[in-house]
Amino acid sequence: MLKVLKSGFFTTIQDKGRVGFASVGVPISGSMDSYSADLANSILNNSVNCAVIEITLGACKLEFTKSTTICISGGDFSPTINNVAISLNKRILIHPNDILSFSKINYGIRCYLAVKDGFLSEEKLNSRSFYPNITKDFLLRKGDSIPYKEVDNGIETSKASIKINRNHFMTKVIECYKGPEFDLLNNHQQKEIFNTTFTISKDNSRMGYKLNEAIENSLSQILTSAVLPGTVQLTPSGKLIVLMRDCQVTGGYPRVLQLTEKAVNQLAQKTTSAVFQFSLISI
Amino acid sequence: MIKNITYKPFGVKAILIEWQSIIDDKILEDILLFKQKITSTNNTEIVDIIQGYNSLTIVYEHFVSNFNDEVHQLKLIYASTLKKKKQNNFQWVIPVCYDVTFGIDLEEISQKSNLAIDEIIQMHSSALYKIYFIGFLPGFLYLGGLDSKIYFDRKPNPRLNVPKGAVGIGGKQTGVYPNKSAGGWNIIGKTPVNFFDVEKENPCFAKAGDFIKFKSISLDEFYQLEKEIQVKKYQLIKTLHNA
Repeated sequence: MLKVLKSGFFTTIQDKGRVGFASVGVPISGSMDSYSADLANSILNNSVNCAVIEITLGACKLEFTKSTTICISGGDFSPTINNVAISLNKRILIHPNDILSFSKINYGIRCYLAVKDGFLSEEKLNSRSFYPNITKDFLLRKGDSIPYKEVDNGIETSKASIKINRNHFMTKVIECYKGPEFDLLNNHQQKEIFNTTFTISKDNSRMGYKLNEAIENSLSQILTSAVLPGTVQLTPSGKLIVLMRDCQVTGGYPRVLQLTEKAVNQLAQKTTSAVFQFSLISI
Repeated sequence: MIKNITYKPFGVKAILIEWQSIIDDKILEDILLFKQKITSTNNTEIVDIIQGYNSLTIVYEHFVSNFNDEVHQLKLIYASTLKKKKQNNFQWVIPVCYDVTFGIDLEEISQKSNLAIDEIIQMHSSALYKIYFIGFLPGFLYLGGLDSKIYFDRKPNPRLNVPKGAVGIGGKQTGVYPNKSAGGWNIIGKTPVNFFDVEKENPCFAKAGDFIKFKSISLDEFYQLEKEIQVKKYQLIKTLHNA
């Protein structure tokens, strides 16, 4: 078991999410930065479908009751095992009663804790990703225990470490395609969208990021239609909302941009007050 | 078959198919038939199909490498005839208690519209509503068929906590909150029926193309049904409804 001693800001279990349930209104969910989650699993030779723990800005404390091997990828919040610093993106052997905690936030917003063969929490609609009214709870709380498989001598560790391109966390350029309603914007609005430096508002979550700056908006709402993670909606006030992994399956605001998968992962490592510009790429 | 259907890329892993921008039963029928044809091809590359009032979004597992080829395939599927039998549609009876205990906005909308509360309840519970699709929240049905006399604008400030089962009117739409949620609709009643149960193989009993009929019940009946539903003794009333 992994015991939650301290829950932190927002700690959840995530995997690749639930695809195929749009007809009953179920969001996809899944790791916000799927690139980092996949990396942590890959380093452990796990399938990318293995469930990981998504930790927001550290501040949580977790105790392992059984031997295994773990890997942490994504944001750097100075992870330690029993108060000894450990590296990111590296296999780490775990013994019973080892305690994982974090201290200084160096970069990024979310990190991923992967364990050999994945965390084995309840599966609902083919996924372990937390979501209200689908999984028992929507975040991990103090006192929760999450099962995982005991791996006696761990798996082979290695001195090799992987160097991650910091650009993934630092970039101020968010790549996107035209969204379905992009062509309804006039020339001026189209230019404005790519020339404005946008700031992430405090209204940001796994569902979506609202941006502070407003652009001129003359578009009317659309008949409710599909939205996807990475869809950028233009609201009546002229403010943009970038939908993230827990977004609803449908929406009624014009969909002016669609982020690339990479851009969704990069944005997932940013939070309130971070600034960036959209950059258009062709399909 | 309807002409003037357009196909657009929606990112690199989805294709958006759009019909004319109106809410219309014929368009819904066409969308549902197309969806069924696509589903019956058992194309494993297609991982989900998201339905809207006038759209279908086809979500693929991998990048759509050649958009034009894929659209050509979809057009062939659209033009094909469905080999399987068209799926059955049902009419579901949903008991709703319109008592002001639950219908917390009834008095306000009655005053604003000069309609008696009883008239509002009568109009809301006598119409037959068509399910266009499910979205917004797991198990939230988008219904068509609200009497235009009881269109009421959404509240200017959404409530943070609308209870599970609340029945509301938002502009030209009516619906049931399947779970506790924030929401700006005028609340006129409450149903004890579960619209989303993750433990069931099919988490929502209803589907796009089915019909909903609300049946007015008393407070006593509400509490009785709530108990029966809790111990899973209650069976929803459904009848076959094929146009």
